[in-house]
Amino acid sequence: MSDSTISFQERMATAEFRVHHDAHIVVDGKVCADCSTRECVVACPASLFVPTSDGGIVFNYEQCFECGTCYIVCNREGAISWHYPEGGHGVVFRRT
Amino acid sequence: MSQPDVDVVVVGGGPAGSCAAIVAARAGLSVVLLERGPFPGSKNMYGGVVYPRILDELIPNWWEEAPIQRWVTRRSTMMLTDTQALTVDFRSEAWGKPPYNGATAFRPDWDHWLAGYAEAAGAQLLTDTTVVGLIRDAKGAVVGVRTDRPDGDLTARVVIACDGVNSFLAKEAGLYEHADAKHFTLGVKETLSLPKEVIDERFAVRDRHGVDIEILGGTGKVNGGGFLYTGLDTLAVGVVLKLPKLAAQQQRPEQLVAGLKAHPAIAPLVQGAELKEYSAHLIPEAGLTMMPKMTTSGMLVAGDAAALCLAAGIWLEGVNFAMASGMYAGEAAVEAVHAGDVSENGLRGYQRRLSDTFVLKDHRKLRRAPELVLSDRVQHLYPGMIANVAERMFHVDNPHPKPGVRRILAQERKKAGVRRRDLLRDGWTGFRSFG
Ligand SMILES: Cc1cc2nc3c(=O)[nH]c(=O)nc-3n(C[C@H](O)[C@H](O)[C@H](O)COP(=O)(O)OP(=O)(O)OC[C@H]3O[C@@H](n4cnc5c(N)ncnc54)[C@H](O)[C@@H]3O)c2cc1C
Ligand code: SF4
Ligand code: SF4
Repeated sequence: MSDSTISFQERMATAEFRVHHDAHIVVDGKVCADCSTRECVVACPASLFVPTSDGGIVFNYEQCFECGTCYIVCNREGAISWHYPEGGHGVVFRRT
Repeated sequence: MSQPDVDVVVVGGGPAGSCAAIVAARAGLSVVLLERGPFPGSKNMYGGVVYPRILDELIPNWWEEAPIQRWVTRRSTMMLTDTQALTVDFRSEAWGKPPYNGATAFRPDWDHWLAGYAEAAGAQLLTDTTVVGLIRDAKGAVVGVRTDRPDGDLTARVVIACDGVNSFLAKEAGLYEHADAKHFTLGVKETLSLPKEVIDERFAVRDRHGVDIEILGGTGKVNGGGFLYTGLDTLAVGVVLKLPKLAAQQQRPEQLVAGLKAHPAIAPLVQGAELKEYSAHLIPEAGLTMMPKMTTSGMLVAGDAAALCLAAGIWLEGVNFAMASGMYAGEAAVEAVHAGDVSENGLRGYQRRLSDTFVLKDHRKLRRAPELVLSDRVQHLYPGMIANVAERMFHVDNPHPKPGVRRILAQERKKAGVRRRDLLRDGWTGFRSFG
């Protein structure tokens, strides 16, 4: 996979995620509806915040690096509820 | 109070946590080391260079066993504009021999290796276990942690929080005043695979020798920096980005990495290398400005959880600061448990050790450096100005005679719109920090 041809999906497929059935991050679309800055959309390295045509945000927790960027850049109280996933779940970086 | 389950609970199997557990367990205390990932290191990423000399005491001849990729014998600092690159390149053969200096290593390998010493010392490692909160007594002293396991409460005389940059434990204990986006940078990295011989040739190194390149000015309009490190048959290339600027510039992290990789000075180095793993992690960037209180009754905070990572432009060192602070937290816990006083006062040996060693000495010395390096002038004006000075000095423009350096300097400073006063002030700050 040379870089020029790789899609974002392929990029994310290089990291391993052991997905838990419960979401560890929940985004309250109602709070996002009138957010004009949308910092999370640009900053999330996994691009998990996707704006919808009706001005909302869809969030999918599955391929999350658990970095914390989103709750730190979001300045709206109550928009993001953020926890670590259950032990043993979530991102797993590889050993050689 | 009834007898606690163990003497010490260490939260987080990163470099800070493992060193704390090694010290406490070797002193004969009962120690549990909790890690939320399936193995220590599984959640952890960084740029790529460890400076392990602090391990001399804990693990003599650590270099014979440590899972390193290459010994860094060549260190470059690059300044980039869109079309120019100025590099200061240093090599030392001494760095390729014991006791070495820096080494590239993968964190899942390194952290897993180090945690093995904690287990060997008698600490009980529990992986797949997320700590979800603190247990406190009526007076507010920390007396244990809650985990997400069934019946997962664990009481201890001392809790050592080594839970990394987001440290929910330090926050829950009220040790951080606030978390401000401007105190953090986001690191994104691509691990690329490339045959060893190709790396050796491109980077002009042999055997297990490797290269560390720190890059200023390669992140477009976003304030930050870049890095490129050689593994044995991999490259690590990535950027470190100041958070508030990122959204304002509407540039996504992976686009900025792509931009760096496409730079004329970088592209030939990474050409043909294939993406093996994409990853991201936060860095506590602001040093002393953001450091929390690190001791409270029954609890110590070490490593990134206490913002002890040193991020000062040409230096990005966190693992050594984490290992050292973990060690000192372990020592202070041992002292306090033996003395039977785990109050804030009983644990004060931790702060003293931090103050007396490089951990806080380096931070004090470099306290202005993070802000200077991430300032708009250093990020967006100086690289172009300095590169232009170099270009004009080395450009042979016959039949014109060579201009004097002073004149070039003055002209380029004006052209870049840098006021002399600001240049002098930044130079002075830089001199006092780095000099
Ligand atoms: C992009 C980037 C580049 C870097 N480059 C370098 C470099 O080249 N050299 C260098 O020395 N440093 C570098 N650093 C900094 C370095 O990675 C950190 O300073 C270092 O990892 C800190 O170690 P730590 O043990 O304090 O925390 P971490 O390594 O973050 O370890 C914390 C551990 O705690 C666990 N944990 C967290 N919360 C819980 C919980 N609630 N329950 C159970 N377990 C928990 C985590 O899973 C993790 O294993 C870089 C950082 C980044 C992001
Ligand atoms: S998560 Fe925060 S930053 Fe993102 S859209 Fe919602 S309110 Fe805005
Ligand atoms: S924690 Fe990081 S990767 Fe996960 S959603 Fe937030 S910004 Fe994205």
